[in-house]
Amino acid sequence: MSYLEYRVKAIPTGFRKIFFMNWGLVLLLVAAASIGFLMLYSVAGGQWDPWASAQIKRFGLGLALMFVVAMIPIWFWRNVSVIAYIGSLILLIVVAYFGSVGMGAQRWIDLGFMRLQPSEVSKITLVMVLAAYYDWLPAERVSNPIWVIFPIILILIPVGMVVTQPDLGTSLLLLFGGGAMMFLAGVHWAYFASVIAMGAGGIVAIFQSRGQTWQLLNDYQYRRIDTFLDPASDPLGAGYHITQSKIALGSGGWAGRGLMQGTQTRLNFLPEKHTDFIFTTLAEELGFIGGMSLLLIYLLILAFCWISAAQNKDRFSTLLIMGVGVTFFLFFAVNMSMVMGLAPVVGVPLPLVSYGGSAMLVLLGAFGLVQSAHVHRPRGVLR
Amino acid sequence: MKPTTKSQQKIWQRFSRRSLLIGGVQLGFAGLLGLRMRQLQIKEADQFRLLAEENRINVRLIPPERGEIYDLNGYVLAENEPTYRITIVQEDAGDVDKVLEKISLLIELSDDDIARARSEMKRSAAFLPVTLRDRVTRAEIERVAENAPSLPGITPEVGLSRIYPLNDIFSHVVGYVGPVSSRDLERRQDDDPLLRIPRFQIGKVGIESKLETGLRGRAGARQVEVNAVGRVMRELDRREGTAGQKLQLTVDANLQSYIKARLGDESASVVVMDCKTGALRAIASAPSYDPNKFVRGISYNDYNELRDNDHRPLASKTVQDAYPPGSTFKMVTVLAALENGTITPDDTFFCPGHLDVSNRRFHCWKGGGHGKVDLVTSLKESCDVYYYELALQVGIERIADMARRLGLGEKHAVPMSAVSSGLVPDKDWKFANRGANWLIGDTVVAAIGQGYVSASPLQLAVMTARLASGLALDPQLIRAENGQTALRTDFPELDIDPKHLKIVRDAMFSVTNDRKGTAYSSRIIADNARMAGKTGTSQVRNISEVERRSGVIKNEDLPWERRDHALFVNFAPANDPEIAVCVVVEHGGGGSAAAAPVARDITLQALYKGDPPLDAYPPKDRERIARQQREIRAKMPDLNAVRKARV
Repeated sequence: MSYLEYRVKAIPTGFRKIFFMNWGLVLLLVAAASIGFLMLYSVAGGQWDPWASAQIKRFGLGLALMFVVAMIPIWFWRNVSVIAYIGSLILLIVVAYFGSVGMGAQRWIDLGFMRLQPSEVSKITLVMVLAAYYDWLPAERVSNPIWVIFPIILILIPVGMVVTQPDLGTSLLLLFGGGAMMFLAGVHWAYFASVIAMGAGGIVAIFQSRGQTWQLLNDYQYRRIDTFLDPASDPLGAGYHITQSKIALGSGGWAGRGLMQGTQTRLNFLPEKHTDFIFTTLAEELGFIGGMSLLLIYLLILAFCWISAAQNKDRFSTLLIMGVGVTFFLFFAVNMSMVMGLAPVVGVPLPLVSYGGSAMLVLLGAFGLVQSAHVHRPRGVLR
Repeated sequence: MKPTTKSQQKIWQRFSRRSLLIGGVQLGFAGLLGLRMRQLQIKEADQFRLLAEENRINVRLIPPERGEIYDLNGYVLAENEPTYRITIVQEDAGDVDKVLEKISLLIELSDDDIARARSEMKRSAAFLPVTLRDRVTRAEIERVAENAPSLPGITPEVGLSRIYPLNDIFSHVVGYVGPVSSRDLERRQDDDPLLRIPRFQIGKVGIESKLETGLRGRAGARQVEVNAVGRVMRELDRREGTAGQKLQLTVDANLQSYIKARLGDESASVVVMDCKTGALRAIASAPSYDPNKFVRGISYNDYNELRDNDHRPLASKTVQDAYPPGSTFKMVTVLAALENGTITPDDTFFCPGHLDVSNRRFHCWKGGGHGKVDLVTSLKESCDVYYYELALQVGIERIADMARRLGLGEKHAVPMSAVSSGLVPDKDWKFANRGANWLIGDTVVAAIGQGYVSASPLQLAVMTARLASGLALDPQLIRAENGQTALRTDFPELDIDPKHLKIVRDAMFSVTNDRKGTAYSSRIIADNARMAGKTGTSQVRNISEVERRSGVIKNEDLPWERRDHALFVNFAPANDPEIAVCVVVEHGGGGSAAAAPVARDITLQALYKGDPPLDAYPPKDRERIARQQREIRAKMPDLNAVRKARV
């Protein structure tokens, strides 16, 4: 079913739309971001500079973006999905040739007032284009092999470009996000089962071949995989972060040491304490309670998305909302697992909390789409 | 109203089922995160909290032992000796001023030391140790240890420091280490945490710098618990690092010491290369300097003295300096002509002492001329006009191509600092770099190794080794890494007709063994060690027409820095070449007088692996050589005093 089959009249118009937004979701976003401000304030030793004040400004900008996006009807966003997707691919090409190199990877375009990471933008445009695709595709063709290959290509293009930056974390996020979209759209189980089986088979083959005559990878590639899987074997490189963040987490205890009292994070053991590893500061200073509160807020945001999707009868909107939810989930799940030593260290920020512009703006823009879908959801009687 | 189709309904059902499933997965994963957090923060918290609160957990690096460097026979060229230093941890010292005041009563601390320590303390984190003074004596350490209770934050530490037992013998090859500077960090783009240790020693010059990463090794780490005074209470975890690579070089300390002593006060350089493997048996530049002074921190006076010396002790002349190769380049020209089929060995040219090319007169070194000259005579007597004539027929492009095949103009991959690529000029090079067209006169002077042509002593040695072996040898300096051989052996044949190479080798033999050869007086008469070579004299000034008419001023009458460079290249034994040698004596005068005798001594020394029997020399030289051998032995360092590793 599509919005075309409903009476558009029943949908609020003009500034009245503001009253029909999902205000619970807005409040949750503000709450999560506020925890971020507090931590940045604390990490800087009780100073608004250099991080917290900049972050507040960005969040303000992001909220404004969210409202603007929310005011624009969702069918407009559906119609520009393909253009947005192509635009994000162009940005990825631009960054490959003109981008700045930071932390050993080419990821940014310097816009002057902020650094744009096109890989962040592509997370959302991929969700949009896949939602639009399955909205357009007649239901009976969803599992038809030809119509399954096309979205796979849509996913793999940005994944391939991001992998070469190189940014393994973001490309995995794109891959899982896109896969989740296809799953939600109703693609037959067998496809996912076979992909998982093939992946597992490939991994087994790679490990089995080690040391054999038919060895699939080079020795140094195996050594890299070793440190990737067991960071403790490289205590000063990959393992350093993990050991330190575990100690920091552990020393937090139930209620934490209190704001600005964290010794482990303060002693500069963690160089990325204000970005990817900010959760360690939170867990050390605000303890288990603080960490769980943030996790709860995240879960509530997911729940609000889920409820909003369930209320919505427009296929594009439901897919989009769920897709944004999954992307958001992947963000914090990967970041937290990495901080807690459950996953290897890949550069993924903690959503809404980590210091950084691109991810914040893109996320809030995406929640703008969720709001727009919520405001403009088909209501009442069928035409 | 559009009826909803059956398949649409099915998709809707599937969507809600699957969104429920995804929601479930998300919830489940969040639960897992919560459990993990509980495990880390609640269950294991007591242990961590205790560690973190009463004590502090610190990760301390265990610096790896830097790799030692040996010569061919295992003589140690670079090793590590334990040194004591006094460090201070600001955080633990509390009142830094008071502690500094107390400690300066116990050990000698200059204002410089204190100022440097203070500025380091400002830059580094409060819990990191900062060195107050390096190389403290044992007595001072004991005094500090006795007074430890009243000196919070002060710890004596044992460290390893680099030492070069052979002092100045290998300074240009091995180089030296020094404290890491911000420039090093910028240049290396290396994120090894070791480099963040203040005053960590890293390679600055030579092999120490070029092979830094391997020599350094990888740091280990220990997690320690420190109490409030900074004392290490216990070690929680320890991971050993990897020691640096032990390098065995191809150079022979005996031979290199001999060369250094033989060169004496000359500003000169010598390369001895193995003709079978390309291994560099010796690569010496004189005068030299003591690298140990740089490791300990050289004084301004000492440094200025080195810098302002007109014999340039700091320069690594064997690889860094490119000289006009002079007549040693003639083998290139003649091979280019032979390969091109321009001449046969029997073709002759007439040398009247000069040749006029496009209104310019090019002189032969022998004013009266050589008369009728064939190939062998041209090399033997080093007739210039023969090569002017060849140049006109062969052209610069073919000469340049031959030069490159013999390894000139190429930046050889030896791990030494500032390796020069020399210059093999051609038309494109001159147009691009001088903005002018190539002139025929440029070709004429290039044919005798003057003008734009330049080559380092290393390149000339490579050229000679390639001529002698017929193989496209590359110089090699590293014999083994951690006991595993690192020598390349798969050198391809040169792309030159072996017949032509033989012609040139035979002509070179006559240079040193024919009565009329330019280096006849420096011949070797032992049959199993006869050498073949070529003299070269590279002009550093222009000789004007006026001067030429009134007679060219002799080198001895010129001030030192305006005299010609003397060059000599050779290989030996001539029948089955084992080594190639290049000797360049800066401002030494003529190649036959200043460079060839040095080359002969070194060749014999290398072939006999020590002092050769006197009957290898012509009878009339023997008495003088015997005296010289005694003098040089007296000047050489005693290698028995140097530790010899088993390799």
